[in-house]
Amino acid sequence: MPDKPKVAFYWCASCGGCEEAVVDLAEKILDVVAAVDIVFWPVALDFKKSDVEAMEDGSILASFVNGAIRTTEQEEMALLLRRKSKVLVAFGSCAHLGGIPALANLWDREAIFDTAYRTTASTVNPEGTLPQVSLAHNGDRVHLPGFYNTVRALDQVTEVDYYIPGCAPTPNIIAGAVETLLGGDLPPAGTVLTPDIALCEDCPRLDTKPQELTIERFRRPHEVIADEGTCLLAQGLLCMGPATRSGCGHLCINGNMPCTGCFGPTSKVRDQGAKYLSAIASMLGFEDEAAIDRALDGIPDPVGTFYRYGLAGSLLRRRKMTPVDA
Amino acid sequence: MSEEMTTQEAWHQGSQGAKAAYARRRITVDPITRLEGHGKIDIFLDQAGEVERAYFQVPELRGFEKFAEGRPAEDMPQITSRICGVCPTAHHMAATKTLDALYKVDPPPAAKKIRELVYSAFMAEDHLLHFYFLGGPDFVVGPEAPAAQRNILGVIATVGEETGRQVIAMRRRLREIITMVGGKVIHPVLGLPGGVAKRVTAEQQTEIRRTAADAVEFARFTLDLFRKVVLGNPGYVELILSDAFTHRTYYMGVMDEKNRPNFYDGQIRVVSPEGGEWAKFAPADYLDYVAEHVEPWSYVKFCYLKPFGWQGFTDGMESGIFSVAPLARLNAADAMSTPLAQEAFEEMYATLGGKPVHHTLANHWARVVEVLNATERLKELADDPELIDPNVRTLPTETPREGVGVVEAPRGTLFHHYVTDSRGIIEKANLIVATQNNSARMAMSVEKAAKGLISKGVVSEGILNKVEMAFRAYDPCHACATHSLPGSMPLVVEVHGPAGETLSRLRRDSDGSLHRE
Repeated sequence: MPDKPKVAFYWCASCGGCEEAVVDLAEKILDVVAAVDIVFWPVALDFKKSDVEAMEDGSILASFVNGAIRTTEQEEMALLLRRKSKVLVAFGSCAHLGGIPALANLWDREAIFDTAYRTTASTVNPEGTLPQVSLAHNGDRVHLPGFYNTVRALDQVTEVDYYIPGCAPTPNIIAGAVETLLGGDLPPAGTVLTPDIALCEDCPRLDTKPQELTIERFRRPHEVIADEGTCLLAQGLLCMGPATRSGCGHLCINGNMPCTGCFGPTSKVRDQGAKYLSAIASMLGFEDEAAIDRALDGIPDPVGTFYRYGLAGSLLRRRKMTPVDA
Repeated sequence: MSEEMTTQEAWHQGSQGAKAAYARRRITVDPITRLEGHGKIDIFLDQAGEVERAYFQVPELRGFEKFAEGRPAEDMPQITSRICGVCPTAHHMAATKTLDALYKVDPPPAAKKIRELVYSAFMAEDHLLHFYFLGGPDFVVGPEAPAAQRNILGVIATVGEETGRQVIAMRRRLREIITMVGGKVIHPVLGLPGGVAKRVTAEQQTEIRRTAADAVEFARFTLDLFRKVVLGNPGYVELILSDAFTHRTYYMGVMDEKNRPNFYDGQIRVVSPEGGEWAKFAPADYLDYVAEHVEPWSYVKFCYLKPFGWQGFTDGMESGIFSVAPLARLNAADAMSTPLAQEAFEEMYATLGGKPVHHTLANHWARVVEVLNATERLKELADDPELIDPNVRTLPTETPREGVGVVEAPRGTLFHHYVTDSRGIIEKANLIVATQNNSARMAMSVEKAAKGLISKGVVSEGILNKVEMAFRAYDPCHACATHSLPGSMPLVVEVHGPAGETLSRLRRDSDGSLHRE
């Protein structure tokens, strides 16, 4: 019997939700374990970085990497797995587009440290102590990893072959992607392994979305009791459906809350936020500026709304404060 | 002005240090980061070869408190859940309750019940994850068993494959309740100020009731298993009681009006190391009681009881160090709110010699008591006719300014605190995550184990397992670095001599295998 294909899982700057997503395959995970040889999964199995280093280049069929890149170590590991793998898969929103941790790109390291260790309400730090990446003690040093000013998506660090989107990816998406990769008939490099249509197109509420949508005023979710059967945009709620890729099973919509965009854009769109802005422009049927301002009052945080999961990977990438240094 | 200089100087110093660290790392593989999923312990010896200092370090910082600024408050339940994908429901619910406080809005009864239903299902499935997959292997398979068997596969081998499948299925069904009611299980979407996003239907209630009834039975089974395996073995009980895992600290938990633990809502009660009530306060007053201390050698901050001031890493009545999580909650309680949990609570304290119990490893037992409590509460709520009342939202009308919200996360008391402008845009956020409350006690556990096991420069390999058991009992969540599924967290211990030279380096991988380097 030929060797089973080798597969690796790895995590960078992430919350652990992507690991839970794999565990959420539940009984199905036993089928996955039977089909592949998992050679590296720090959260679950024996591993050594040196073991990976000792493998022949390209000997791993596929490495699934979740989390954004915040530290040099994460970058090194991404490069190592790239070298050892035929296929590198960005798994989940953070690896795909930066994810929610990339909202930190609206600040820099110094501002983040200052808030976390000095100015938060319960912190008592009269001497202004900050964690040090290297601390002298008896002539030796205790180390902490330093981190970059800028959070990056995986493909801003190394070449990525495929993407599994979502915060977190859903079990059916994961199972489908693994099947595709093991099937051998590989899609073109760069493919996002989900349906390439906007969420609206197969939304259970599509029938209630007007052909020509005109919005007089956007409403924030806490301001309105949303009808459970009607298109949320038609109710004035900012739903990212028009600019977001489908495939999640409309979980948030089923929860009666608007899509926040975690699957990223379809292949026809370079920048999810820009796409959404143009969609909005066509929804606002006014000429006069005051009316437009009133309509947009319901979107008090455009960057955090349109780029909730995609700031690192977007055309904006980050707020300019400091250079992207080490 | 002078403070600004200090910041710059400190920053400059940090950058210099970073360069030095990177230079060193080329020679030695730095194991501290999640790169290899390793936590790191640095131990320093004095001239006589005795432990002078041990550091248990946490390499986590993502800066949520900073990038919350400028976001609309109503987005916080979904943004802060990304702090942890294993316990997203805890952050989601703490944030949602903070929004209630921020907008001074009281949700309708059905909304509160729906939230607590989701929360009870979450508490049960998360505790089951820890009991069977993370911490349980120490006891179910046994602390003396070969390390390679001390994982979920070992648990399944011990309890039988049928039971193993039942564990997986029970967790799946409990998580399906969260998906059904809360939209998503990994990062739910139900929470809004004044209620929840959608009602529960009669059809859904029928399914929830079925799962809840089975969950209570499964919790009883889990307690029986714990009794058989642990209480049936005097060696295990002795281990729980051993001094290496004992600290006399304060204990904190959220309680109802009868001082029974309530995971979703209540007042915060703190008892002293001698067991008496030290304080009971409303969440909004937390700043009078809880403070965070910064050490330069870890990204995690160390919580303590503010009136004592920071006394260093020391326990006892004069120290302000406190503990949270299952054992702390039970220590801070007078009773449990449900009958089966109450029975189990009494049995635990009778066996361990009364309250409070200071033995860290008793957390595993307390966790099983809480699985019973969570599933019984889940069943009460599932059976409640009001659960399907369609009125699940009170629209806020007040102008927002400031709010505090607290829940008991599986790993302990979780605080969210937001200050907003009049449009509800976050100006400042403060988050005290459950594990932080335990970080001082955890650091003490590690140092105590190191001091107990190392003498005259001789390092016992047993230190790795012992130290690991000490902190795994807290079910710590350091940037998820320690969410090691099969029950063994990979670890590196470095021992340095008085001149700073590395005397030895031990690595214990996630399968339990030991490597001396």
